[in-house]
Amino acid sequence: MAQRVVVTGMGVVTSLGSDIRTFWNNLLAGKSGVSRIEAFDTSDYTTKIAAEIKNWDPEAYGLDKKNARKMDRFVQFAAAASLMALKDSGLEIGSNAESDRVGVSVGSGIGGLGTWEEQHSLLLERGPRRVSPFFIPMMIANMASGQISMITGAKGPNTTTVTACATGTHSIGDSFRMIQRGDADAMICGGAEATVRPMAMAGFCSMRAMSTRNDEPEKASRPFDVDRDGFVMGEGSGVLILESLEHALGRGAHIYAEVIGYGMSGDAYDMVEPDPDGAARCMARAIKDAGIAPEEIGYINAHGTSTPVGDKSETTAIKTTFGDHAYKLAVSSTKSMTGHLLGAAGGIEAVILALTLQNGVIAPTINLDRQDPELDLDYVPNAPRKADIRTALSNSFGFGGHNATVIMRKYEA
Amino acid sequence: MSDVYERVKRIVVERLGVEEAEVTAEASFKDDLGADSLDVVELVMELEDEFDLEISDEDAEKITTVGEVVNYIQSHS
Repeated sequence: MAQRVVVTGMGVVTSLGSDIRTFWNNLLAGKSGVSRIEAFDTSDYTTKIAAEIKNWDPEAYGLDKKNARKMDRFVQFAAAASLMALKDSGLEIGSNAESDRVGVSVGSGIGGLGTWEEQHSLLLERGPRRVSPFFIPMMIANMASGQISMITGAKGPNTTTVTACATGTHSIGDSFRMIQRGDADAMICGGAEATVRPMAMAGFCSMRAMSTRNDEPEKASRPFDVDRDGFVMGEGSGVLILESLEHALGRGAHIYAEVIGYGMSGDAYDMVEPDPDGAARCMARAIKDAGIAPEEIGYINAHGTSTPVGDKSETTAIKTTFGDHAYKLAVSSTKSMTGHLLGAAGGIEAVILALTLQNGVIAPTINLDRQDPELDLDYVPNAPRKADIRTALSNSFGFGGHNATVIMRKYEA
Repeated sequence: MSDVYERVKRIVVERLGVEEAEVTAEASFKDDLGADSLDVVELVMELEDEFDLEISDEDAEKITTVGEVVNYIQSHS
Protein backbone atom coordinates (compact mmCIF):
# COMPACT_ATOMS: atom_id res chain seq x y z
CA MET A 1 0.00 0.00 0.00
CA ALA A 2 1.47 3.36 -1.05
CA GLN A 3 2.30 5.80 1.71
CA ARG A 4 0.33 9.05 1.83
CA VAL A 5 2.66 12.04 1.42
CA VAL A 6 2.32 15.47 3.01
CA VAL A 7 4.10 18.81 2.93
CA THR A 8 5.52 19.65 6.36
CA GLY A 9 8.04 22.39 5.67
CA MET A 10 8.79 25.06 3.07
CA GLY A 11 11.53 27.54 2.26
CA VAL A 12 11.99 30.13 -0.48
CA VAL A 13 14.65 32.48 -1.73
CA THR A 14 13.09 34.93 -4.19
CA SER A 15 13.15 38.57 -5.22
CA LEU A 16 9.73 38.84 -3.52
CA GLY A 17 11.10 37.75 -0.18
CA SER A 18 13.27 35.05 1.28
CA ASP A 19 10.93 33.80 3.96
CA ILE A 20 7.50 32.22 3.50
CA ARG A 21 5.50 34.97 5.19
CA THR A 22 6.98 37.89 3.24
CA PHE A 23 6.82 35.93 0.00
CA TRP A 24 3.13 35.06 0.46
CA ASN A 25 2.13 38.53 1.62
CA ASN A 26 3.81 40.09 -1.41
CA LEU A 27 2.05 37.65 -3.74
CA LEU A 28 -1.33 38.50 -2.22
CA ALA A 29 -0.49 42.20 -2.45
CA GLY A 30 0.15 41.75 -6.16
CA LYS A 31 3.72 43.00 -5.99
CA SER A 32 6.21 42.48 -8.79
CA GLY A 33 9.71 41.26 -7.98
CA VAL A 34 11.09 42.44 -11.32
CA SER A 35 13.61 45.28 -11.59
CA ARG A 36 16.60 46.49 -13.61
CA ILE A 37 19.51 44.06 -13.51
CA GLU A 38 22.37 45.19 -11.27
CA ALA A 39 24.65 42.12 -11.51
CA PHE A 40 26.29 43.27 -14.74
CA ASP A 41 26.17 45.99 -17.37
CA THR A 42 23.17 45.30 -19.60
CA SER A 43 23.78 48.18 -22.07
CA ASP A 44 24.19 45.81 -25.02
CA TYR A 45 21.37 43.44 -24.07
CA THR A 46 17.87 43.77 -25.49
CA THR A 47 16.48 42.67 -22.11
CA LYS A 48 17.78 44.60 -19.09
CA ILE A 49 15.36 43.39 -16.41
CA ALA A 50 14.94 40.34 -14.18
CA ALA A 51 13.51 39.18 -10.87
CA GLU A 52 16.99 39.54 -9.43
CA ILE A 53 17.90 38.99 -5.80
CA LYS A 54 19.81 42.08 -4.64
CA ASN A 55 22.51 42.12 -1.96
CA TRP A 56 22.50 38.35 -1.47
CA ASP A 57 24.28 37.35 1.73
CA PRO A 58 24.48 33.57 2.20
CA GLU A 59 25.74 33.96 5.77
CA ALA A 60 22.46 35.64 6.74
CA TYR A 61 20.74 32.35 5.85
CA GLY A 62 22.87 30.12 8.01
CA LEU A 63 25.57 29.20 5.51
CA ASP A 64 29.14 29.05 6.72
CA LYS A 65 31.40 31.56 4.93
CA LYS A 66 34.01 28.97 4.09
CA ASN A 67 31.42 26.59 2.63
CA ALA A 68 29.56 29.30 0.77
CA ARG A 69 32.73 30.31 -1.06
CA LYS A 70 32.80 26.88 -2.68
CA MET A 71 29.17 27.05 -3.80
CA ASP A 72 27.84 28.52 -6.98
CA ARG A 73 25.08 31.06 -6.36
CA PHE A 74 22.41 28.50 -7.31
CA VAL A 75 23.73 26.10 -4.67
CA GLN A 76 23.74 28.89 -2.08
CA PHE A 77 20.08 29.60 -2.89
CA ALA A 78 19.24 25.88 -2.68
CA ALA A 79 21.07 25.39 0.60
CA ALA A 80 19.46 28.47 2.16
CA ALA A 81 15.95 27.42 1.10
CA SER A 82 16.57 23.87 2.34
CA LEU A 83 17.75 24.99 5.77
CA MET A 84 14.69 27.25 5.98
CA ALA A 85 12.33 24.43 5.00
CA LEU A 86 13.92 21.99 7.44
CA LYS A 87 13.64 24.48 10.27
CA ASP A 88 10.03 25.17 9.32
CA SER A 89 9.23 21.44 9.37
CA GLY A 90 10.89 20.83 12.72
CA LEU A 91 12.31 17.62 11.25
CA GLU A 92 15.45 16.46 13.04
CA ILE A 93 17.55 14.42 10.67
CA GLY A 94 19.50 12.79 13.48
CA SER A 95 22.14 10.18 12.86
CA ASN A 96 22.41 6.84 11.08
CA ALA A 97 19.08 5.01 11.04
CA GLU A 98 17.06 8.22 10.80
CA SER A 99 19.33 10.11 8.43
CA ASP A 100 19.28 7.15 6.04
CA ARG A 101 15.52 7.72 5.66
CA VAL A 102 15.78 11.40 4.61
CA GLY A 103 16.68 12.11 0.99
CA VAL A 104 17.41 15.11 -1.20
CA SER A 105 16.32 16.04 -4.71
CA VAL A 106 16.85 19.74 -5.40
CA GLY A 107 17.46 20.24 -9.10
CA SER A 108 18.53 23.05 -11.36
CA GLY A 109 17.65 23.70 -14.97
CA ILE A 110 21.08 25.01 -15.88
CA GLY A 111 23.44 24.67 -12.90
CA GLY A 112 26.50 26.75 -12.06
CA LEU A 113 26.50 29.09 -15.00
CA GLY A 114 28.14 31.96 -13.09
CA THR A 115 31.01 29.68 -12.14
CA TRP A 116 31.29 28.56 -15.77
CA GLU A 117 31.59 32.14 -16.97
CA GLU A 118 34.20 33.18 -14.43
CA GLN A 119 36.39 30.14 -14.96
CA HIS A 120 36.09 30.26 -18.73
CA SER A 121 37.32 33.85 -18.61
CA LEU A 122 40.29 32.68 -16.55
CA LEU A 123 40.98 29.92 -19.06
CA LEU A 124 41.06 32.41 -21.94
CA GLU A 125 43.04 35.07 -20.08
CA ARG A 126 45.53 32.97 -18.12
CA GLY A 127 45.43 29.43 -19.48
CA PRO A 128 44.31 26.02 -18.25
CA ARG A 129 46.59 25.93 -15.22
CA ARG A 130 44.64 28.78 -13.66
CA VAL A 131 41.22 27.10 -13.80
CA SER A 132 40.11 26.43 -10.23
CA PRO A 133 40.10 22.88 -8.90
CA PHE A 134 36.65 23.75 -7.59
CA PHE A 135 35.33 24.63 -11.06
CA ILE A 136 33.79 21.22 -11.78
CA PRO A 137 32.30 20.49 -8.35
CA MET A 138 30.92 24.04 -8.12
CA MET A 139 29.41 24.05 -11.60
CA ILE A 140 27.69 20.65 -11.90
CA ALA A 141 23.91 20.84 -11.56
CA ASN A 142 23.69 17.99 -9.04
CA MET A 143 25.83 19.77 -6.45
CA ALA A 144 22.82 21.45 -4.83
CA SER A 145 21.56 18.04 -3.71
CA GLY A 146 25.11 17.05 -2.78
CA GLN A 147 25.81 20.13 -0.67
CA ILE A 148 22.41 19.95 1.03
CA SER A 149 23.17 16.41 2.17
CA MET A 150 26.54 17.55 3.55
CA ILE A 151 25.01 20.48 5.43
CA THR A 152 22.01 18.61 6.81
CA GLY A 153 23.36 15.08 7.18
CA ALA A 154 20.55 13.58 5.06
CA LYS A 155 21.84 10.22 3.84
CA GLY A 156 18.80 8.79 2.06
CA PRO A 157 18.19 8.85 -1.70
CA ASN A 158 20.17 11.71 -3.23
CA THR A 159 19.53 12.71 -6.81
CA THR A 160 19.01 15.53 -9.25
CA THR A 161 16.61 16.12 -12.08
CA VAL A 162 17.55 18.44 -14.95
CA THR A 163 14.53 19.12 -17.13
CA ALA A 164 14.88 22.85 -17.77
CA CYS A 165 11.81 24.72 -16.50
CA ALA A 166 10.10 21.50 -15.36
CA THR A 167 12.97 20.62 -13.00
CA GLY A 168 11.37 21.77 -9.74
CA THR A 169 8.09 19.98 -10.37
CA HIS A 170 9.80 16.79 -11.50
CA SER A 171 11.99 16.87 -8.38
CA ILE A 172 8.94 17.20 -6.14
CA GLY A 173 6.93 14.59 -8.06
CA ASP A 174 9.80 12.10 -8.07
CA SER A 175 10.29 12.67 -4.34
CA PHE A 176 6.57 12.07 -3.80
CA ARG A 177 7.00 8.70 -5.54
CA MET A 178 10.07 7.77 -3.48
CA ILE A 179 8.14 8.33 -0.26
CA GLN A 180 5.01 6.60 -1.61
CA ARG A 181 6.96 3.43 -2.30
CA GLY A 182 8.98 3.57 0.89
CA ASP A 183 12.45 4.57 -0.36
CA ALA A 184 12.49 7.41 2.17
CA ASP A 185 10.38 8.78 5.03
CA ALA A 186 11.12 12.38 4.07
CA MET A 187 12.58 14.26 1.10
CA ILE A 188 14.10 17.71 0.85
CA CYS A 189 12.99 18.61 -2.67
CA GLY A 190 12.54 21.45 -5.12
CA GLY A 191 14.66 23.55 -7.45
CA ALA A 192 17.22 26.34 -7.58
CA GLU A 193 18.47 28.65 -10.32
CA ALA A 194 20.92 31.53 -10.66
CA THR A 195 20.98 32.54 -14.29
CA VAL A 196 20.78 36.32 -14.16
CA ARG A 197 24.17 36.10 -15.83
CA PRO A 198 25.53 37.45 -19.11
CA MET A 199 25.60 34.11 -20.97
CA ALA A 200 22.07 33.12 -20.00
CA MET A 201 20.67 36.56 -20.67
CA ALA A 202 22.47 36.76 -24.04
CA GLY A 203 21.21 33.30 -25.02
CA PHE A 204 17.60 33.97 -24.11
CA CYS A 205 17.81 37.45 -25.73
CA SER A 206 18.95 35.81 -28.96
CA MET A 207 15.97 33.45 -28.77
CA ARG A 208 13.71 36.53 -28.50
CA ALA A 209 12.15 34.68 -25.58
CA MET A 210 12.22 37.43 -22.96
CA SER A 211 10.22 40.59 -22.44
CA THR A 212 11.92 43.79 -23.55
CA ARG A 213 9.64 46.04 -21.54
CA ASN A 214 12.75 47.50 -19.90
CA ASP A 215 11.22 50.84 -18.93
CA GLU A 216 8.42 49.23 -16.93
CA PRO A 217 10.04 46.22 -15.22
CA GLU A 218 7.11 45.65 -12.88
CA LYS A 219 4.74 45.37 -15.81
CA ALA A 220 6.93 43.17 -17.97
CA SER A 221 5.63 39.77 -16.85
CA ARG A 222 1.99 39.76 -17.96
CA PRO A 223 0.75 36.24 -18.62
CA PHE A 224 -2.47 35.91 -20.63
CA ASP A 225 -2.47 39.67 -21.39
CA VAL A 226 -2.72 40.64 -25.04
CA ASP A 227 0.42 42.78 -24.73
CA ARG A 228 2.66 40.07 -23.25
CA ASP A 229 6.01 39.93 -25.02
CA GLY A 230 8.03 37.18 -23.38
CA PHE A 231 9.08 35.83 -20.01
CA VAL A 232 11.10 37.63 -17.35
CA MET A 233 14.08 35.78 -15.92
CA GLY A 234 14.02 35.15 -12.19
CA GLU A 235 16.45 33.55 -9.75
CA GLY A 236 16.21 31.85 -6.39
CA SER A 237 15.00 28.60 -4.92
CA GLY A 238 11.90 26.89 -3.60
CA VAL A 239 12.22 23.80 -1.40
CA LEU A 240 9.64 21.59 0.32
CA ILE A 241 9.92 18.94 2.96
CA LEU A 242 7.75 16.06 1.83
CA GLU A 243 7.11 13.40 4.39
CA SER A 244 5.10 10.22 4.72
CA LEU A 245 1.87 10.95 6.59
CA GLU A 246 2.77 8.29 9.11
CA HIS A 247 6.14 9.90 9.85
CA ALA A 248 4.65 13.39 10.03
CA LEU A 249 1.87 12.35 12.40
CA GLY A 250 4.34 10.38 14.48
CA ARG A 251 6.26 13.50 15.36
CA GLY A 252 3.27 15.85 15.50
CA ALA A 253 4.37 17.94 12.51
CA HIS A 254 2.36 20.78 11.03
CA ILE A 255 0.86 19.65 7.72
CA TYR A 256 0.41 22.27 5.01
CA ALA A 257 -1.20 20.01 2.42
CA GLU A 258 -1.16 16.52 0.98
CA VAL A 259 0.44 15.63 -2.35
CA ILE A 260 -1.97 13.29 -4.12
CA GLY A 261 -0.97 13.10 -7.78
CA TYR A 262 1.94 13.38 -10.18
CA GLY A 263 2.02 13.25 -13.96
CA MET A 264 4.75 13.42 -16.57
CA SER A 265 4.83 13.46 -20.34
CA GLY A 266 7.02 14.33 -23.31
CA ASP A 267 5.96 16.43 -26.28
CA ALA A 268 8.08 14.65 -28.93
CA TYR A 269 7.59 17.82 -30.91
CA ASP A 270 10.13 20.67 -30.80
CA MET A 271 13.16 21.80 -28.80
CA VAL A 272 11.52 24.94 -27.48
CA GLU A 273 7.97 25.24 -28.79
CA PRO A 274 5.30 23.55 -26.68
CA ASP A 275 2.73 21.09 -28.00
CA PRO A 276 -0.58 21.51 -26.13
CA ASP A 277 -1.20 17.79 -26.43
CA GLY A 278 1.84 17.05 -24.23
CA ALA A 279 0.65 19.33 -21.45
CA ALA A 280 -2.89 17.94 -21.65
CA ARG A 281 -1.66 14.34 -21.37
CA CYS A 282 0.54 15.36 -18.44
CA MET A 283 -2.35 16.89 -16.48
CA ALA A 284 -4.58 13.93 -17.32
CA ARG A 285 -1.98 11.51 -15.97
CA ALA A 286 -1.64 13.46 -12.73
CA ILE A 287 -5.42 13.44 -12.29
CA LYS A 288 -5.54 9.70 -12.95
CA ASP A 289 -2.66 9.15 -10.55
CA ALA A 290 -4.54 11.09 -7.86
CA GLY A 291 -7.60 8.93 -8.46
CA ILE A 292 -9.88 11.94 -8.74
CA ALA A 293 -12.26 13.37 -11.33
CA PRO A 294 -11.05 16.43 -13.31
CA GLU A 295 -13.97 18.37 -11.85
CA GLU A 296 -12.40 18.15 -8.41
CA ILE A 297 -9.59 20.53 -9.39
CA GLY A 298 -10.48 24.03 -8.17
CA TYR A 299 -7.28 25.91 -8.96
CA ILE A 300 -4.38 25.63 -11.38
CA ASN A 301 -1.10 27.39 -10.76
CA ALA A 302 -0.20 27.73 -14.42
CA HIS A 303 3.21 27.43 -15.98
CA GLY A 304 2.10 30.76 -17.57
CA THR A 305 5.46 32.29 -18.45
CA SER A 306 4.06 35.31 -20.35
CA THR A 307 5.33 34.17 -23.74
CA PRO A 308 2.84 34.62 -26.60
CA VAL A 309 2.98 30.92 -27.61
CA GLY A 310 3.28 29.29 -24.18
CA ASP A 311 0.26 30.88 -22.51
CA LYS A 312 -1.91 30.03 -25.49
CA SER A 313 -0.72 26.44 -25.59
CA GLU A 314 -1.35 25.92 -21.87
CA THR A 315 -4.83 27.41 -22.14
CA THR A 316 -5.61 25.00 -24.98
CA ALA A 317 -4.26 22.11 -22.91
CA ILE A 318 -6.41 23.05 -19.90
CA LYS A 319 -9.52 23.07 -22.12
CA THR A 320 -8.59 19.69 -23.58
CA THR A 321 -8.10 18.18 -20.13
CA PHE A 322 -11.04 19.74 -18.33
CA GLY A 323 -13.68 20.38 -21.00
CA ASP A 324 -16.45 22.63 -19.62
CA HIS A 325 -14.89 22.54 -16.18
CA ALA A 326 -11.96 24.59 -17.59
CA TYR A 327 -14.26 27.62 -17.38
CA LYS A 328 -15.25 26.94 -13.77
CA LEU A 329 -11.83 26.49 -12.19
CA ALA A 330 -9.45 29.33 -11.35
CA VAL A 331 -6.11 29.63 -13.14
CA SER A 332 -3.38 32.06 -12.14
CA SER A 333 0.22 32.64 -13.10
CA THR A 334 2.25 33.81 -10.16
CA LYS A 335 5.16 34.27 -12.59
CA SER A 336 3.49 37.63 -13.26
CA MET A 337 5.06 38.58 -9.90
CA THR A 338 7.97 36.22 -9.34
CA GLY A 339 9.31 36.14 -12.88
CA HIS A 340 10.31 32.77 -14.29
CA LEU A 341 12.81 30.98 -12.08
CA LEU A 342 13.41 28.22 -14.68
CA GLY A 343 14.39 25.09 -12.72
CA ALA A 344 13.31 26.68 -9.44
CA ALA A 345 9.86 27.68 -10.73
CA GLY A 346 8.19 24.37 -9.81
CA GLY A 347 9.70 24.65 -6.34
CA ILE A 348 8.29 28.05 -5.47
CA GLU A 349 5.01 27.27 -7.22
CA ALA A 350 4.52 24.11 -5.16
CA VAL A 351 5.01 26.32 -2.11
CA ILE A 352 2.31 28.62 -3.47
CA LEU A 353 -0.01 25.67 -4.11
CA ALA A 354 0.29 24.49 -0.51
CA LEU A 355 -0.25 28.03 0.83
CA THR A 356 -3.33 28.43 -1.39
CA LEU A 357 -4.88 25.29 0.08
CA GLN A 358 -3.94 26.15 3.63
CA ASN A 359 -5.09 29.78 3.53
CA GLY A 360 -8.10 29.59 1.21
CA VAL A 361 -6.93 32.43 -0.98
CA ILE A 362 -5.62 32.46 -4.56
CA ALA A 363 -2.69 34.67 -5.56
CA PRO A 364 -3.56 36.68 -8.67
CA THR A 365 -2.17 37.06 -12.16
CA ILE A 366 -1.03 40.68 -12.13
CA ASN A 367 -0.65 42.99 -15.14
CA LEU A 368 -3.67 41.33 -16.71
CA ASP A 369 -5.01 44.65 -18.01
CA ARG A 370 -6.37 43.49 -21.34
CA GLN A 371 -6.95 39.76 -21.44
CA ASP A 372 -5.97 38.18 -24.75
CA PRO A 373 -9.32 37.63 -26.51
CA GLU A 374 -8.11 34.19 -27.60
CA LEU A 375 -7.49 33.18 -23.99
CA ASP A 376 -10.83 32.94 -22.25
CA LEU A 377 -10.34 31.22 -18.88
CA ASP A 378 -10.65 32.73 -15.42
CA TYR A 379 -7.09 33.87 -14.73
CA VAL A 380 -7.80 35.63 -11.38
CA PRO A 381 -6.80 39.05 -12.73
CA ASN A 382 -4.93 41.57 -10.58
CA ALA A 383 -6.47 40.88 -7.16
CA PRO A 384 -6.25 37.92 -4.81
CA ARG A 385 -9.42 35.91 -4.37
CA LYS A 386 -10.81 34.14 -1.35
CA ALA A 387 -11.70 30.62 -2.37
CA ASP A 388 -11.91 27.51 -0.27
CA ILE A 389 -10.00 25.31 -2.69
CA ARG A 390 -9.82 21.63 -1.78
CA THR A 391 -7.70 20.34 -4.64
CA ALA A 392 -5.18 22.25 -6.77
CA LEU A 393 -2.73 21.52 -9.56
CA SER A 394 0.60 23.02 -10.61
CA ASN A 395 2.08 22.77 -14.09
CA SER A 396 5.67 23.07 -15.30
CA PHE A 397 6.87 22.65 -18.86
CA GLY A 398 10.50 22.65 -19.97
CA PHE A 399 12.52 23.11 -23.14
CA GLY A 400 12.94 19.68 -24.65
CA GLY A 401 9.22 19.04 -24.27
CA HIS A 402 9.37 17.88 -20.64
CA ASN A 403 6.05 18.26 -18.83
CA ALA A 404 5.34 17.76 -15.14
CA THR A 405 2.21 18.25 -13.04
CA VAL A 406 1.67 17.84 -9.31
CA ILE A 407 -1.67 17.83 -7.53
CA MET A 408 -2.15 18.74 -3.88
CA ARG A 409 -5.17 18.51 -1.64
CA LYS A 410 -6.09 20.07 1.67
CA TYR A 411 -4.99 17.69 4.35
CA GLU A 412 -7.95 15.73 5.66
CA ALA A 413 -7.36 12.98 8.18
CA MET B 1 58.75 36.40 11.11
CA SER B 2 59.69 36.56 7.48
CA ASP B 3 57.82 38.52 4.88
CA VAL B 4 57.16 35.25 3.00
CA TYR B 5 55.60 33.70 6.09
CA GLU B 6 53.30 36.69 6.55
CA ARG B 7 52.16 36.58 2.95
CA VAL B 8 51.58 32.82 3.08
CA LYS B 9 49.64 33.24 6.31
CA ARG B 10 47.39 35.90 4.82
CA ILE B 11 46.47 33.64 1.89
CA VAL B 12 45.92 30.60 4.11
CA VAL B 13 43.65 32.56 6.45
CA GLU B 14 41.62 33.89 3.55
CA ARG B 15 41.34 30.64 1.61
CA LEU B 16 40.80 28.18 4.42
CA GLY B 17 38.76 30.46 6.66
CA VAL B 18 40.94 29.79 9.71
CA GLU B 19 42.19 32.07 12.48
CA GLU B 20 45.65 33.63 12.09
CA ALA B 21 46.82 32.05 15.33
CA GLU B 22 46.18 28.59 13.90
CA VAL B 23 48.58 29.17 11.01
CA THR B 24 51.79 28.12 12.75
CA ALA B 25 54.85 26.75 10.94
CA GLU B 26 54.03 23.24 12.16
CA ALA B 27 50.35 23.38 11.15
CA SER B 28 49.38 20.69 8.63
CA PHE B 29 47.03 21.90 5.92
CA LYS B 30 44.92 18.77 6.00
CA ASP B 31 45.12 17.70 9.64
CA ASP B 32 45.15 21.05 11.43
CA LEU B 33 43.66 23.58 9.03
CA GLY B 34 40.79 21.50 7.64
CA ALA B 35 41.88 21.61 4.00
CA ASP B 36 40.75 18.90 1.58
CA SER B 37 42.77 17.86 -1.46
CA LEU B 38 41.20 20.51 -3.70
CA ASP B 39 41.82 23.24 -1.12
CA VAL B 40 45.51 22.38 -1.26
CA VAL B 41 45.57 22.53 -5.06
CA GLU B 42 43.86 25.90 -4.99
CA LEU B 43 46.24 27.16 -2.33
CA VAL B 44 49.25 26.12 -4.40
CA MET B 45 47.84 27.97 -7.41
CA GLU B 46 47.37 31.07 -5.33
CA LEU B 47 50.88 30.87 -3.92
CA GLU B 48 52.28 30.49 -7.44
CA ASP B 49 50.54 33.73 -8.36
CA GLU B 50 51.57 35.54 -5.20
CA PHE B 51 55.25 34.62 -5.48
CA ASP B 52 55.47 34.38 -9.26
CA LEU B 53 56.87 30.86 -9.32
CA GLU B 54 55.84 27.42 -10.45
CA ILE B 55 55.43 24.60 -7.98
CA SER B 56 55.45 21.25 -9.78
CA ASP B 57 52.76 18.74 -8.88
CA GLU B 58 55.50 16.45 -7.62
CA ASP B 59 56.82 19.10 -5.22
CA ALA B 60 53.32 20.20 -4.22
CA GLU B 61 52.49 16.68 -3.08
CA LYS B 62 55.41 16.70 -0.66
CA ILE B 63 54.33 19.91 1.04
CA THR B 64 52.08 19.22 4.00
CA THR B 65 52.72 22.05 6.49
CA VAL B 66 52.81 25.85 6.44
CA GLY B 67 56.52 25.81 7.33
CA GLU B 68 57.33 23.54 4.39
CA VAL B 69 55.61 25.93 2.01
CA VAL B 70 57.52 28.90 3.40
CA ASN B 71 60.82 27.03 3.07
CA TYR B 72 60.01 25.94 -0.45
CA ILE B 73 59.18 29.50 -1.54
CA GLN B 74 62.27 30.94 0.14
CA SER B 75 64.55 28.46 -1.58
CA HIS B 76 62.92 28.75 -5.02
CA SER B 77 62.36 32.49 -5.45
